[in-house]
Amino acid sequence: MVPARIDRRRIARGLMLAVPLAFLGVFFVYPVASIVGRGLTPDGSLDLSPIGDVVTDARLRGVAWFTVWQATVSTALTVLVALPGAYVFARYEFRGKRLVRAAVLVPFVLPTVVVGSAFLAVLGESGPLGFLGLDQSLAAILLAHVFFDYAVVVLVVGGLWAHLDPRQEDAARVLGAGRWQTFRSVTLPALQPAIAAAAAIVFLFTFTSFGVILILGGPGYSTLETEIYRQTVQFLDLPQAAALSILQLVAVIAVLLVAGRAQGRRAQALRLRPRAETSRRARTAAERAVVGVNLAVIAVLLGGPIAVLVERSFDTAGGYSFGFYRALSELRRTSTVFVPPIEAVRNSIVFASAATVIALVIGGLAAFAIAGAGRRVRPGRGLDTLLLLPLGVSAVTIGFGFLIALDRPPFDLRASPVLIPIAHALVAAPFVARVLIPVLRSIDQRLREAAAVLGASPRRVWREIDLPIVARAVLVAAGFAFAISLGEFGATIFIARPDYPTLPVVVFRLLGQPGALNFGAAMAASVILMAVTAVAILAIERFRFADIGEF
Amino acid sequence: MRRLTLLPLAVSLLATVAAVAGPVSATTSPPVRGGGDGTTITLVTHDSFNASKRVMRQFTKRTGVTVEVLPSGDAGAAVNQAILTKNNPLGDVFFGIDNTLLSRALEEDVFLPYRSPELANVPKSLQLDPRDRVSPVDTGDVCVNFDRKYFADRKLTVPKTLEDLTKPEYKGLLVVENPATSSPGLAFLLATVDKLGPDGWRAYWERLRDNDVKVVDGWEQAYNTEFSGSAGKGDYPLVVSYATSPPAEVVNAEAAPEEAPTGALLDTCFRQIEFVGILRGTEHEKAAKQLVDFMLSERFQRDMPLQMYVFPARDGTKLPPVFVKYAKFAPRPASLPPDEIARNRDQWIDEWTSTVLR
Repeated sequence: MVPARIDRRRIARGLMLAVPLAFLGVFFVYPVASIVGRGLTPDGSLDLSPIGDVVTDARLRGVAWFTVWQATVSTALTVLVALPGAYVFARYEFRGKRLVRAAVLVPFVLPTVVVGSAFLAVLGESGPLGFLGLDQSLAAILLAHVFFDYAVVVLVVGGLWAHLDPRQEDAARVLGAGRWQTFRSVTLPALQPAIAAAAAIVFLFTFTSFGVILILGGPGYSTLETEIYRQTVQFLDLPQAAALSILQLVAVIAVLLVAGRAQGRRAQALRLRPRAETSRRARTAAERAVVGVNLAVIAVLLGGPIAVLVERSFDTAGGYSFGFYRALSELRRTSTVFVPPIEAVRNSIVFASAATVIALVIGGLAAFAIAGAGRRVRPGRGLDTLLLLPLGVSAVTIGFGFLIALDRPPFDLRASPVLIPIAHALVAAPFVARVLIPVLRSIDQRLREAAAVLGASPRRVWREIDLPIVARAVLVAAGFAFAISLGEFGATIFIARPDYPTLPVVVFRLLGQPGALNFGAAMAASVILMAVTAVAILAIERFRFADIGEF
Repeated sequence: MRRLTLLPLAVSLLATVAAVAGPVSATTSPPVRGGGDGTTITLVTHDSFNASKRVMRQFTKRTGVTVEVLPSGDAGAAVNQAILTKNNPLGDVFFGIDNTLLSRALEEDVFLPYRSPELANVPKSLQLDPRDRVSPVDTGDVCVNFDRKYFADRKLTVPKTLEDLTKPEYKGLLVVENPATSSPGLAFLLATVDKLGPDGWRAYWERLRDNDVKVVDGWEQAYNTEFSGSAGKGDYPLVVSYATSPPAEVVNAEAAPEEAPTGALLDTCFRQIEFVGILRGTEHEKAAKQLVDFMLSERFQRDMPLQMYVFPARDGTKLPPVFVKYAKFAPRPASLPPDEIARNRDQWIDEWTSTVLR
């Protein structure tokens, strides 16, 4: 190889690392450091005593313990419930598969307060499952976490699973291994990086879960996240909030380091196949039962609450009608808060598109840098952890950090609409990276080397080897990023924002005033939000990469 | 090989963005040609702020000043953001700080003193800051609301007082908001502190707890989901809400009913007073003063009741008929001096938490 080429590669890798690092530095590290710093220097001089106070407070230690515990159980439960689902999506063809796969992302975008009301309709005292006594319970929290995060496991794990060569499993079976043994010794090791990636995301989401704890758990439960919210937003006790944020950060980093180890070590080159070759219709009765049971789980767990919302959006006083949908464009029409629904849809799509582009660029570059650095180089691991941190740090801390950090040129963005997709991309970029890394790592390095030996330029290698395999994962990642933004994840909930109302904002406004029309219209807006999500995901899935589209 | 890479995906996504030409702002009043100096000022406020477009246009027409609204979360979050950014404020005028949150902001010196001439028409009893850093704009009573139909169907007497709520016949009927996370929840806690005294309120909440009071996180959940008298059709016929919720139920009903489906228990109320103030650091002090004057003027005050479901602070403001008919004004609401609230708020919330939730 020519030395000049190596240099260019090194520069390219440097750039790949630099862009995500700069983004995270400006929009994550700097704001969080500012607000924590403000909390720890109340009178201008450093005062670390709040950290000691927090660590020695028995109640707060209990809160920290419960936070980790509920996140661990939620994650285990979600993986357990969703893994069979991932298998079904990866290995079987069935009617409406595309639609169902788009639909599992729908819970992701729903405001917790709306989902809370649907759950309560089922779990509340007079609901059909009221006798279980699950209202305001730990079980309700866990159930809601599975509801929200099911898609993470199905899509992240299913994405890799669909490309695994089933002939390896067949070979194991032929050699006499049982079904379970085959799964454990052939399939599971191959899937492990993807499972670790999905589990890490679910863990962080449930670790910083906020609405679910407050609304479905009720006021009897607190986590580090709800405490930080209370101390920051309600009491403005910045020293204590800073101490809690540091505690949260330490816990998250510890977990990520453990998870990163599991993920990095076991990544292996796999023989990836196009999806068309790996999935087929269920043939035997047992196979049909597996598909049926999983679809039933989706129908009940995810479809149940969604059905309640849809039903309510049509349930007007004079029977089922579009009354609430019409009310959306009539209620408070002459007021400053009025938003024509089509405008809210448009704003949502604009912000989500922008957030998706930013997340794909940042997360994509990071993924190539991390996967390219492979198991040999350390900086990749560091970026990997840093990229995930925004998921594990309180949205309140980030949001309030924006307020005091991004208030001067060149980053005078506090009241700029630009901040909204950036804040969403902060949450979405790690998804993109997590979806891409396992796939990139599993590309056989020998393929690349063979191509290079045969005279292909690095660009050509990338285009002919990496891209076809990665294209499919990019679509999954884009779908996630889009849904994250549509659902208004992250810091935007807690910051003053210029008034470009999106669909979730419309839902919140409608729920903020009494009256049957407001409530019904809020349900209608939620249903529109779900529909926009499903259509957007389907549209993203339709993107074709020419001859590699079937992969 | 065809030259299809990731680029088209990025390009087409960007094209979508460009095609729809950026997000659409809803609340900025449209620019008025020929009037005034074309100043734009920012009104920082909570998420419940609302006004008629027509009224805001009149202000722009009269003064040449355009108002941009910046909603910043619930009342507590909005005030704390204003305090946090006091060295470099987010806007020029702040609306929506109430008497439960006032003291801290005054201590932090967030507002510029300004005595609007319009204050001459506002009762002295509402003007809580002697230095006029904030001016009262509206009042609202936080009271227990009841579901009329529930009590009529069961021929159960509607409770009247705070004490009634602890009686066995009302066991398991009341849902309240957590005062640590909700502004009406805090107001109701303050009502009990005022009415039952610093020594009696904890014992009262113990009785409420033993009478199976349900606590939820915020108003939206309590009112829309748990309360049986509104759209959510929950299981609880008594809920902490506002004295103005009954007229809102009438206005926002699918078909206007003869009688409001809900009512307020006027002996259980705490009076909230909302204020407006000019943010220290504004570069548009004159325009900011004009906006404060306008918010206290009859035009704006008359518009408020049906926009935000509050009572105007200005004396003699004509109320809309639906307010006259369905909104009750508590004759003797509970209230506490803002500095007393500021001194004790965190401790009261902690004590409440350990009494009711643990």
